[in-house]
Amino acid sequence: MSLTVLTYLVVGATFALYIGIAIATRASSTRDFYVADGGVHPIANGMATAADWMSAASFISMAGLIALSYNGYGGSVFLMGWTGGYVLLALLIAPYLRKYGKFTVPDFIGERYYSDTARVVAVICLILCSVTYVIGQMKGVGVAFSRFLETDYETGLGIGMFIVFFYAVLGGMKGITYTQIAQYVVLITAYTIPAIFISLQLTGNPLPQLGLGSTLAGTDMYLLDKLDLILLDLGFQEYTTTLRGSTLNMLAFTASLMIGTAGLPHVIIRFFTVPSVAAARRSAGWALVFIAILYTTAPAIAAMARLNIVNTMQASDGQALLIEDKPAWFENWEQTGLLKVEDLNGDGRIEYTADPATNELTKLDNDILVLANPEIAQLPNWVIALVAAGGLAAALSTAAGLLLAISSAISHDLLKSTYMPTISERSELRASRIAMAVAVLGAGYLGLNPPGFAAGTVALAFGLAASSLFPALLMGIFARRVSREGAVAGMLAGISVTLLYVFQHKGIMFIPGTSFLGDMSPNWFFGIEPNAFGVVGAAVNFTVAFIVSRVTAPPPREVQELLDFLHEPGNAE
Amino acid sequence: MAETNNKNARKAQFLAQVRGLMLKLLIIWFVVSFGFGILLVEPLNEIRLGGYKLGFWFAQQGSIFIFIALIFYFAAAMSRLEREYRQYSEGSE
Repeated sequence: MSLTVLTYLVVGATFALYIGIAIATRASSTRDFYVADGGVHPIANGMATAADWMSAASFISMAGLIALSYNGYGGSVFLMGWTGGYVLLALLIAPYLRKYGKFTVPDFIGERYYSDTARVVAVICLILCSVTYVIGQMKGVGVAFSRFLETDYETGLGIGMFIVFFYAVLGGMKGITYTQIAQYVVLITAYTIPAIFISLQLTGNPLPQLGLGSTLAGTDMYLLDKLDLILLDLGFQEYTTTLRGSTLNMLAFTASLMIGTAGLPHVIIRFFTVPSVAAARRSAGWALVFIAILYTTAPAIAAMARLNIVNTMQASDGQALLIEDKPAWFENWEQTGLLKVEDLNGDGRIEYTADPATNELTKLDNDILVLANPEIAQLPNWVIALVAAGGLAAALSTAAGLLLAISSAISHDLLKSTYMPTISERSELRASRIAMAVAVLGAGYLGLNPPGFAAGTVALAFGLAASSLFPALLMGIFARRVSREGAVAGMLAGISVTLLYVFQHKGIMFIPGTSFLGDMSPNWFFGIEPNAFGVVGAAVNFTVAFIVSRVTAPPPREVQELLDFLHEPGNAE
Repeated sequence: MAETNNKNARKAQFLAQVRGLMLKLLIIWFVVSFGFGILLVEPLNEIRLGGYKLGFWFAQQGSIFIFIALIFYFAAAMSRLEREYRQYSEGSE
């Protein structure tokens, strides 16, 4: 059976599964729609959270980012940052918001800061970070379709939108939860199978996490030592020790991803779906277990695929690869434009070196690493088809979670809580479906006509969540004296500083050449790169909020009572 | 009156226990990631764990395993603290 037919079959089967689940789990109340009636088992919620959280960026791009752009050790910022945030979430945020027991993140901010202004500012921050995030997912869907199923980008995007539309509008959080569980199973299978094969081939150890620390099969040379040696030989830096920027930049980058994770609304609302506070704590642990299966496999894929690529480039006679000896996967991926070769010196060989003047492998896109992995390792076609279904599952599950966060912010926080408090439950449910439909169409439009800033979107979403929502939530739970004026000023200051820093470096809305202070040296603020700036924005947020709260009236008694309630010893189930 | 005072004291004790637990776990969280994975990575890399340099292992594998352990430990410890507190408040009624 040809690869395309096989891919259609596998992807079609997974889509039929998602639609079947959607029909079986139709939402009938707003509680169903927003929080799946609070009846999701902690392990099931953990699995759904893992799929919600792991996006196309985690599935397709991360291993390549680690291996190529961040040269190994530098990529640790993603691994520690995107998992360490769950510790903050489990200890400091999720149990308290679950105890609060309402539907959305702006709900809490509005009530804790006794102010509609605070609620609306929170809604704006939420929409800003969720929309920037969802564009990346829609793009991921379109790209995965066009590459594996040979449709155009637009058709692929349309099919993806239809599927999300169907189960998210119909099922709300309930439908999304159960489809996300199925999507997790699909994506983790698709991610680990090639990794197990590649680890077996290289080291003889089936567990990639152990394979990465093993010797190469048939030798007593450790895989990582070999990789270090061979990269140094080609003029690259050592794989296992090279910093990303400086130590300070790595600290800031990791911290920004951690607090961004703990502040992302589509992840937080997943913990509103479990039955109790104790279940919310345990569920965060399970979520991290399911995430860690992918996140501890990714560095193994990164190093092993990098080694495979380097080995491919060195023919057996110790010279660079002859152009006519290129393996088949090389040509397949050259057609997509993700891989490019130019024989600069005309010797008929492809030199792969760190020096741009002599390097003839002129383009090696990060995404290649995961997408071409099965072909590089010469795995059967069904594995390649599975990787396509896995990439789509990762993008669709995250898109659905984000769209729910956006639509509930509009129908619940803006309509019900702020502007139309008398709206009936039925009308609110209808409004939330309409808001969801509009959000899907909006995301689809932005996926078709990506604005200039699409390239930097995922990193920007984390910076925004880290600098606006996380501090407001943390102070809302633990700092009794922080007043509404303090919180609003803090959120606005934090998000503005972060946006200014990112736009200064990357251009306003990422349009090149519009950075307003002229050509400053890159990363001027103590060498911290724009993607790592969220933690500085958060520090500004905390500082401004504390200073403003000091000179304004303290929160009223109801808020003190709300805080007493949140910190009261909970009931175990 | 004395009973209310006792109750308040017991509640304050509970809150202090929770705070102590969080502080302890957050210190470990910080040490294994920012500490072992970044600040102390060079000295730790002198030590080997199979083919892994130890600092590199913490940054790409070890910290993640420890994060998981921290969350489950926290969930279990909180349930224990809440159970003890509940036994106390039921006993005093």
